Formats: sequence, C-alpha cells, structure tokens
Amino acid sequence: MPRDALLSYLRSIALIAEKDMRIYYTKPPVLMFGFLFPLFMFLAFSLGRSADLHTLFPGLAAMFVFFVASSVGPLITPWEKRAGTYERLLSFPVTVNTLILGDVVAGMLFGIIINIIILTAGIAAFGYSVSFIGVLIIALSLMLGAFCFSALGVLLASPASTNPSNVMLLSNLVRFPLIFISGIFVPIASLQGIARVAAYCSPIAYLVNSFELGLLGSAAIPLLLGWAVLIGFSVVFVLLARTLLKRNLMKGL
Amino acid sequence: MKRDRDDVIAVAGLTKRFGAITAVDDVSFSVPEGELFGFLGPNGAGKTTTIRMLTGILTPDVGEVSIDGIDIQKHPIAAKMQMGIIPEMSNVYIELTAKQNVVLAGRFYGMHRKDVEERTDKLLQQFELSDRKDDRVEGFSKGMKQRVLIASALVHIPKVLFLDEPTSGLDVHSQRLIRAIIREMNDAGTTVFLTTHNIEEANTLCDRVGIINRGALAAIDTPERLKQAFNETQSVEVAFDKPTDVGEIERSGLVNRTERTGDTWRFYTDDPDALAKWIFSFAERRKLSFTTLSIEGASLEDVFVTVTEG
Repeated sequence: MPRDALLSYLRSIALIAEKDMRIYYTKPPVLMFGFLFPLFMFLAFSLGRSADLHTLFPGLAAMFVFFVASSVGPLITPWEKRAGTYERLLSFPVTVNTLILGDVVAGMLFGIIINIIILTAGIAAFGYSVSFIGVLIIALSLMLGAFCFSALGVLLASPASTNPSNVMLLSNLVRFPLIFISGIFVPIASLQGIARVAAYCSPIAYLVNSFELGLLGSAAIPLLLGWAVLIGFSVVFVLLARTLLKRNLMKGL
Repeated sequence: MKRDRDDVIAVAGLTKRFGAITAVDDVSFSVPEGELFGFLGPNGAGKTTTIRMLTGILTPDVGEVSIDGIDIQKHPIAAKMQMGIIPEMSNVYIELTAKQNVVLAGRFYGMHRKDVEERTDKLLQQFELSDRKDDRVEGFSKGMKQRVLIASALVHIPKVLFLDEPTSGLDVHSQRLIRAIIREMNDAGTTVFLTTHNIEEANTLCDRVGIINRGALAAIDTPERLKQAFNETQSVEVAFDKPTDVGEIERSGLVNRTERTGDTWRFYTDDPDALAKWIFSFAERRKLSFTTLSIEGASLEDVFVTVTEG
C-alpha cells in the first residue's frame, strides 16, 4: 500500500474511533453492560465470602476487560442506522475495513483505559509483587485481549438489526456463557476434563492465563501460545464481522 | 466507458437488482463540469438507488460510474474525495456540536485542523448558525440540522456535490437559504447532482434534468426543451363572471382535454392561440366577461406527470 494511502487508511480508523469514543462511551447500555454489570458481578462474588481474591483477581480482571471492551461494538452500528448517521458515514472516504477497525479500536481503548485503573487498584489492594517483565506481560496481554474482545463486540453488531437493545440482548446471550467456561471463577490449572477443554475454546481463558502469569508468576498455558490464540481469535472475529457487515450494509437504511 | 473530457459524472449501463426487482435498469448519462443537474422521479422510481451507486455506497450489478475520471468501483476512496454527499434521510451526530460535526467531516477528507476550523466557522456563518456553533445539535430544529449536514458536505470544497432531497420537509426560510447556497456553490464551479420531489425547485435551479421512471431514464434535457417536447400540455385557463356551459368550447375541435378547478376551466390544446381567439368570440356572443384568461405553456410538472404516467 502506498504511503499516502496507508496514512489515509490509518487516519480514517483513528477518526472513526475518535467519533465512537465521543459519542458512545457514555451511552447508558455501554455503562450498564460494560462497567456496572461486571462490577456488580465482582462484588457479588467477593463480598461476604471467603474466596481467595489474591488468586482469583487475574480472572476477575480478565472478566472486566472482556465486558468493557466488548460493550461498545454491539451498540455502534445499530445505533447509527437508527439515528440516520450510518449512510452519511458510508459516504465519507471510508471502507468497510476502516469502519470495522475504527469501531474495534474504540472498544479496545475503552477496555484498556478502564482496566488500567482496575488492574492498578487490584495490584495495590491485593499486594501483588509484579516484576518489570510481569508489567510488560500484563500490558501486552491487556492490549491483545481488549482488541480481541472488542472485535467480538463488533462482530455481534454485524446482524442487520437497527434496534440497539436487540443487539445488546444477542451480545449478552453470547457473552455470559463465555464467562462461565473461561476459568474466571476457578483457575484454569484446577479445571479438569470437559471443563478444561471448554475453557480452551474461550478467548477469555487465554487472557486469564496471561494475567495469572503476570500477577502470580505461573500459568497453565505457555504465554506465547496464549497470545497467538488471542491474535487468532481476533483475526477470525474481524474477518467474520467484515463478511457479515458487507452482507448487511444496506439493511435498515 | 465513453466520457467527454468535461464530464465530471459519467454513468454507463448502470443496473441494480434486488431479487426479482430491477431497481435501476441500464441507466446511462453524463453531467459536465459546472452543471446543476436535477434528477426527478416518483417514489420507488430508483432515484436513491442510483445516487447510492453514484456515490459508492452501493455496488451496481452491471455498469460503470466515474467521478471526475475516477472509476468509483476501482478507486472508491479517491472518487469519494471529490464528492460532498447529503444522503436522503441522513442525520448529523446529535451528541456533537454543530462545529464538531462539520470539523469531523472535514477531517475525514484529510483537511488540516486549522484549515477545517477556519472553513467551518465561515460555513456556519454563511448558514446563519454562528451563534449556535458550540451547541449540541440535539436541540436544533430540522432545518438547522439540515444546514449543519450541508455545511459538512461542503467543508472540503468538493468538486461535485450530491444532494438527495435536501429541502424536503423544511421551513421556507431554510429552503431558500439552502437553495441560495446550492446556487452559490454551483456558480463557484461545483458540479451539483440534485434529486428532488419539488418540481419547481428543479425548474428554477437546474440547468438540466433527468427523469427516472420504473428504474429507467425516461427523459433528459434542459427544463425548457423538455417543456417544448411535451407541448400537448399547453392550455388555456379561463373563468367567466357567471355560470356557463362550456360544452360548446369543448366541441370546438381545438380542445384535447378539460379540467375544472372551482369556477376556473383549463382547456388543454395543441394550438393555444387559436383556442384563445375562439373562446374570446364565444364570450362576446354570450355577453360573458372574463375573470381569468391566460395561456399556460407546459410546465415541468406536466412533463413529469406525462413521462411518469405514460
């Protein structure tokens, strides 16, 4: 790709992400399902119980990344189609690829920003002693995980619905089962048989694994393999979103 | 595709099907640089599908579109950079201010922040929105939102402007302001492609009009030439000072068709001069006075109705 075309491509992605951040970060469904819901799940799981939060925090932090990063994507396309802004957005010098990647970047940044606060608070509260390498592992894992989960959110927005609440319903139908098979409430190393196989099918499990390595110093899955799987899931989600969005581009306009 | 050097929009064999329905059927035309081209048609005729293909939002099944010599299917970004587009039923971001909306649009076209801010301030002043530029669009009237939308399409000084029903449903003040700015942009050299339901708007604004019906281009020419081509819609309009049986006029052999509106009669004719003279002698014989007597040429609306109902 020539340099000017590449710059134009990146500029479009950045502008779409900036637009999404300005408009959608404060929408009630994003705050509800992206922030308050995992917070209440965390509190429900931790308050008044004798759970070992020091051990479980990596999983709970991964759950936060998952909920926060995947909360923006499902809302954007149906909201824009209903508000009448989508066709004008398509009329700008953008492609389907830039639209998808812009939305993914917006969700990813939301996931990163919120979870930097959560991870910092968790490290301080539970007294982890994190090495420099550990910080690098957590930072890179956070970026990969946030990108992957944000891409899943955008994929969930690809059906033709112009009703944001329908898409949020669909997204929760997909997101909740993933939470329970991902080794969040029980460490992956402790899972046996089919439960462990199911955990390996969920992208969240690989982020839980990476956070366990960064915060606790040990993990069930090799780090590079975990990252490679997260990248693989991301590619699949983006390509599926692209196919579905192209097919449904004009529906609801 | 055959294209004259001056053609900014060139369309050849454009066809789009949705299942068994052919929405646009082998449409070909061109619009030279600097022209204000009107695109008319009844609801469901294929106007919006055509404009979506011209602007790269929809991919045609068959046919080619080039914008300023750039094939929109092969180079959509480069072609879109030449255009300002107001899609039908589109909206601005109500969560952003008027200025943020226009600046955002300008930045999509690669404008530098300083240039886009200067141009935005100028446009919002031109659209009488300077005092509301930092207000969220949420509280704006429909006409104000439409002005923000048009300012967003003009911010990068496009070579060609596509407007799909830009004045539909707006108050008279906003309509006039928008028409004046369209005219001003066109005078400054911007080629304008305008779809509208408002025949009078097309008649007064457009250098040339194309009429699409059932997906096919039914007529394309200047408004005056189209009116001349459809001269069977010439008429004599007449009203008398007392109730009159006009059967004798209808049987004069000069009248093709009669329409009555209140106490006014409109007689469609191929020879309005002869019919007017005949009616004049009829009135003298019957000792009638005229309250109305006028010769009406074919209007663009007549042409539109003839073409789309034919």
